[in-house]
Amino acid sequence: MSATADIGGAKPYRPAGFWRRASRHRSFVLGGALVLLVFAAALLSFVWTPWPPYDIDIAAKLKPPSSAHWLGTDVFGRDIVSLLLVGARSTIVVGIIAVGIGLTSGVVLGLTAAARKGWVAELIMRMSDFTFAFPAVLSAIMLAAAIGPGLVTSITAIGIFQIPIFVRVTRGSANAVWAREFVLAARAAGKGSFRITIEHVLPNILSVLIVQATIQFALAILAEAALSYLGLGTQPPQPSWGRMLNDAQTLLFQTPMLAVYPGVAIALAVLGLNLLGDGLRDLLDPRLARER
Amino acid sequence: MSLFILRRILTLAATLIGASVIIFLVLDALPGNAAQVLMGADASPDAVRALTVKLGLDQPLLTRYVHWIAGMAVGDLGNSYVYGTPVAGLIAERLVLTVPLAIMSMLITVVLALTAGIYTAANHNRIGDVGVMSLTQIGIALPNFWFAILLILVFAVKLQWLSAGGFSGWDDGIWPGLKSLLLPAISLAVVQAAILARVTRSAVLEVLREDFVRTARAKGLSKREALWGHVLRNAMIPVMTVMGLQFANLLAGTIVIENVFYLPGLGRLIFQSIANRDLIVVRNCVMLLAAMVVVVNFLVDVLYAFIDPRIKVHSL
Repeated sequence: MSATADIGGAKPYRPAGFWRRASRHRSFVLGGALVLLVFAAALLSFVWTPWPPYDIDIAAKLKPPSSAHWLGTDVFGRDIVSLLLVGARSTIVVGIIAVGIGLTSGVVLGLTAAARKGWVAELIMRMSDFTFAFPAVLSAIMLAAAIGPGLVTSITAIGIFQIPIFVRVTRGSANAVWAREFVLAARAAGKGSFRITIEHVLPNILSVLIVQATIQFALAILAEAALSYLGLGTQPPQPSWGRMLNDAQTLLFQTPMLAVYPGVAIALAVLGLNLLGDGLRDLLDPRLARER
Repeated sequence: MSLFILRRILTLAATLIGASVIIFLVLDALPGNAAQVLMGADASPDAVRALTVKLGLDQPLLTRYVHWIAGMAVGDLGNSYVYGTPVAGLIAERLVLTVPLAIMSMLITVVLALTAGIYTAANHNRIGDVGVMSLTQIGIALPNFWFAILLILVFAVKLQWLSAGGFSGWDDGIWPGLKSLLLPAISLAVVQAAILARVTRSAVLEVLREDFVRTARAKGLSKREALWGHVLRNAMIPVMTVMGLQFANLLAGTIVIENVFYLPGLGRLIFQSIANRDLIVVRNCVMLLAAMVVVVNFLVDVLYAFIDPRIKVHSL
């Protein structure tokens, strides 16, 4: 973990010419472009869609692609492009909130476990091991059975599943920083555990957390799509890519392409985030890049 | 070794008890009165009260929890609220499909991942390595249920080689049963294999750089002999860790994929039970799945100690 920490300890390692090197990194550029595309689609849908996404027009149902409907229409006559644009919103909202829950809770717990050795650390790590027994789909099933399906259910289930991953990553990286000389120096200077954690440990593990958050975002998108496909996540009439796939499956023999577009959208979003994560890891942590 | 295993068994027991408490609280205490949930908001209070007594829901929470755990120990999971039949029987019927599906997809995953991982590591930075790694990057990005739909589209709709869903059962012989599980198993396996192949490649590359491999090569072993004789066994630790973690994803994936192919397995049972508000069935199914994840990770941990004896020393 040494590459992320300079000798002064207070400032995180910032490789020289980040953007210059980033602009030449293929994974970073391609991944970044794909992620920007998804975010742009979601933002665009607030101000413009080719057709109103909620308007049902049975007379125009299952139309093939044309100049009016670029990718055709679904079984209710809704424009596919409009649904895909609006669907990007649920994907991003669920991803950001779920990763936010996992990141915040995981980082707090992970930093605590690294700072307070002994039974506190042991308890946190056992609790995080325990959460692994509940994949997001299993938590979502429990919550759907108890409080009903919906956006809150999927966000909570995905968020909870993210926590132990962030706990492990944070604790592992933070332990490495705690073993460094500058932390010892800070301790000798009279700084307490809390101040060392905030001033020295957190800034030095930030790059690892950014990379992990990008990868977890991709996993959250996959989980959200699966939950919406199963009917546990985003509920109609709110469009979502997973839900669109569920609707399309019943029409596989009539209009197979309806099952292709939302899947391509999900795959591109996930691919973009994964490539961006790979790129960020190479750019922010040269030691890891050398190892790969 | 025995102390290491004992410690792991105690952790396993504590985890299982913790999981059972959470599941019980979420699925028994949180929804309120299951009889009310079952009969709907319009049911008369008398009818709800009668059903509450009949289902034993008038007992205190702790008594019901202890009753559930004690029942589990002897294989009695209670009766379905909706069908009135034993839950254990309902689950057993569905496991006949879910367990073979999980095993099939794990086997396909391991074969695909180890082949791709070892091949790419042995051909590091050559065109084959770059090509296979690009494919795995795409594989990781695919939602497994979408890949399943694409397989249906190609093999059931276009080519009509296999059916688009359903399960013919094992009564007509093993082959028809396996045939109906083939597409579901492949769709589960491909995405998992993409991840595992990357882990295998990194692990093998890591070990190839070790001093003992250089010594083995210096003693005259060919690259292939060193790879099969020395590298693979040492590279298996991280691969097995990921395989253990993937088992949880595999089970979660099974629930989704069974719904894509309309397979009457555990996943379908859970969804039917949620729709029927049959919470006792949901509770036991979720417990079984969580227990499977915990037990598999326990077995992986114990297996490490046999593969790499240094681990048990560090763990003590």
